[in-house]
Amino acid sequence: MSELIDFVIVSLVLVAIGIYGLVVKRNAIRMIFAIEIIANAANLNLVAFSRNLHNAQGQLFALFSIAIAAAEVAVGLGIIIIAYRLYKEIDVEELRSMRG
Amino acid sequence: MVDPIFVGLAVLTIGSAIVSLETRELIYGAVALAISMMGIAGFFLLLDSPFVAMFQIAVYVGAVAVLVIFTVMLVRTQALFSTKEDKGRKAGGIVLMLIFIGGTGTIFLVSGFNGQTKSFNSGAPPIDFTAIGKLMLTYYAPALVVLALTLAGSIIAALSLARREDLEQKNERIN
Repeated sequence: MSELIDFVIVSLVLVAIGIYGLVVKRNAIRMIFAIEIIANAANLNLVAFSRNLHNAQGQLFALFSIAIAAAEVAVGLGIIIIAYRLYKEIDVEELRSMRG
Repeated sequence: MVDPIFVGLAVLTIGSAIVSLETRELIYGAVALAISMMGIAGFFLLLDSPFVAMFQIAVYVGAVAVLVIFTVMLVRTQALFSTKEDKGRKAGGIVLMLIFIGGTGTIFLVSGFNGQTKSFNSGAPPIDFTAIGKLMLTYYAPALVVLALTLAGSIIAALSLARREDLEQKNERIN
């Protein structure tokens, strides 16, 4: 049987991979992938602590977080499609019309 | 002693997360992301929370992955390949990732929080999902309503973002 620290370490590695993706990748869809990986690591932590503390609120917050993440992906992909229609490009360094 | 199922799931989840960011074709990346989400759902099953696992599979694998795959198909393939990343930035990202894992992992291991937590098989029964439903409909009912409104708002926002006014004006002129 695994301990709590095992789940925390897996979620730590997932967060690190997500941060790497956000820092290195310039493709907007890949940045959405990275955000999803980070959100899933947070959910894993919530459920692991919920099991360990024997508290249903962690699972409830994980459910809320999954629903919010789905809404965020829908809006994010809509924005990517608009950006592609305007610029013919989804490289975030090319989308510079809002740069100061 | 570490569970072999846990190790297999961890390798699957972390490996396909890396593949989803590093593979050259974006559509394979979307499929790898879906596999990674399935791995997370497997962790939820290991943690005795089947309700969250089924919700995760329904939302992430059923909705989000399909949405991403459709977006990838809508965006011209040439745009997906033209992005080049410089080597220095990639090396910097890997170093940042390793520093983050090393630093935070050391803090976790040194802090002694491993020894203080109870073991999972200490005899506590898993949380019944009726407890989740009861909480959701009593104390957290306002949050549930706000969540429903947020989802409705995001659907309206996505629809209005995807609307094409130039095509609509052309259709009006024809009519």
